[in-house]
Amino acid sequence: MTERQKVLLTEVALRDGSHALSHQYTVQQVEKIAKGLNEAKVPYIEVAHGDGLAGSSLQYGRSKTNEFELIEAAVAVTDFSKVAVLLIPGIGTVKELKQAQQLGAKMARIATHVTEADVSAQHIYAAKELGMETVGFLMMSHMAEPEKIVEQAKLMESYGADIVYVVDSAGALLPNQVTTRIKAMKENIGVEIGFHAHNNLSLAMANTLAAIEAGATRIDGSVRCLGAGAGNTQTEVLVGVLDRMGIETGVDFYKMMDLAEDVVAPILPVPQEITKNSLVLGYAGVYSSFALHAQRAAEKFNLDARDILIELGNRKVVGGQEDMIVDVAAELAKVKTFV
Amino acid sequence: MSKVKVAILGSGNIGTDLMIKLGRSDILELTTVIGIDANSDGLRRAKELGYVAIDTGIDGFLEQAELADIVFDATSAKAHIHHAKALKAAGKKVIDMTPAAVGKLIVPPVNLKEHLEAENINLITCGGQATIPMVHAVNRVSPVAYAEIVATISSKSAGPGTRANIDEFTETTSRAIQEVGGAKKGKAIIILNPAEPPILMRDTVYTLVEEGTMKEEEIKASIADMEKTVQSYVPGYRLRTEPIIDGNQVTIFIEVEGAGDYLPKYSGNLDIMTAAGVKVAEEFARNLITQ
Repeated sequence: MTERQKVLLTEVALRDGSHALSHQYTVQQVEKIAKGLNEAKVPYIEVAHGDGLAGSSLQYGRSKTNEFELIEAAVAVTDFSKVAVLLIPGIGTVKELKQAQQLGAKMARIATHVTEADVSAQHIYAAKELGMETVGFLMMSHMAEPEKIVEQAKLMESYGADIVYVVDSAGALLPNQVTTRIKAMKENIGVEIGFHAHNNLSLAMANTLAAIEAGATRIDGSVRCLGAGAGNTQTEVLVGVLDRMGIETGVDFYKMMDLAEDVVAPILPVPQEITKNSLVLGYAGVYSSFALHAQRAAEKFNLDARDILIELGNRKVVGGQEDMIVDVAAELAKVKTFV
Repeated sequence: MSKVKVAILGSGNIGTDLMIKLGRSDILELTTVIGIDANSDGLRRAKELGYVAIDTGIDGFLEQAELADIVFDATSAKAHIHHAKALKAAGKKVIDMTPAAVGKLIVPPVNLKEHLEAENINLITCGGQATIPMVHAVNRVSPVAYAEIVATISSKSAGPGTRANIDEFTETTSRAIQEVGGAKKGKAIIILNPAEPPILMRDTVYTLVEEGTMKEEEIKASIADMEKTVQSYVPGYRLRTEPIIDGNQVTIFIEVEGAGDYLPKYSGNLDIMTAAGVKVAEEFARNLITQ
């Protein structure tokens, strides 16, 4: 009998999911969710502001609870799962990474726009020096061709990353595009490959399976789909599907379902579904966390949020440029008054 | 009117752009460009334009130190540590364009007048030069409890130095938002955007004024005044739209188009640094001449 194929899951509901809650997590909620994930034997749990360490800001939304308290709380209730943190250079710095590591974070995920991997060098070096398992996280991967992604992944590999992720931040990739990207990485880089999906086009599961088939061995999921835009690949569903496919995750299927239904669902302000705004994110190729900001701007300027998102897509805005939302909305509102 | 002699240390993009701007000054006389590569475009141009071109670095300049009273350092933060000591010993005034931040942090329309006697001044970062005038514009009307700036620049205008040390940008800019801009707490974010054609530098400034101190009309007038003041030395600096005031929050949207001297127009982030450098040197020179 051949050994079963394995993938290692990272649960992102306490980081990407923070967008869906407008960064209002409390220590009690994080404790409860992290405890459940630990009991379900999820290998990694990511905890941070939605935009990574130091993301709490007027630009992205202020955290209700200091993220270091949330990291500490998650570390305290986990003896199996390892706590991971996300850091976007330009927002967070090595200083916050060190602080997270001292509190017990074991994995560092360093995220850059897919063409800007060289800004991650100092943070990847620092994470390795701190003894952390280190991930290079190439965001907005739909905006670059496979060759470009390989070139950027190689940079992260050269700085010492143990794993490099293709990240579909806009939920805009189609399954065949995921396949070509992961295959190109598999052929050209030596480290493990990961994939992070968003469900804006209802393709998170299909894309995740395409990634695994093409050679990805690290996969992100979010319990009850809790993430920016329409959320990520739903962890409890993924665990069931992979089990059916004969792929091992080591995660307890029943415990994940119970956690999703009994603990996570009640704290959601609204069920995570594919709203028209989320759908347009995927369609226009816009960073998933823009959805709620665009909705607020649309109300303020009396516009349709979809028009704002489409215009942002036309302007090739990248992750983190939330200030462009109000700017574009103000411009569209001006044009509207003239018409 | 007599002119004050200046030299540029560093013959890369920033040094070469400075060379072109200094050629237009009626109070500064560029005499010397110092590099370490005789074949660099910057030193070649310097020779063509009739300046003394030194290709043996700071040591070569110190042998003929009478060539300049003010020296721009457009090398790197690491090199500046050594240059700062050597130039101080030689009695030169230094305008540090690197992120070394060893000297006094200066944003010309905010705090230059108080520091005309300083030996070494630092220009912080491009994001700092673009946004701190506006933090100050709000703070001089209503005390700013918190200021946060987001600088978005085109990927093409971010050089290898910026990329390798992006933490220095966030840390130095945050510090200056407080120390120079006057905010009680400061935060800085930088984003690189690879879109083609390259985008102009854009900056967003969020400020929260102390509860109960919002003076909407006065703040708007102060911001408009500051826009004009910065434009006097950075012509491509402008507000993208009216500031947005919401409760105790003031949000200001800025765009910086470069003058297109040596660097392309989209790199307003580099232009605002060289323009600020020239502005500081001109004020230094006026002060030296009147003494």
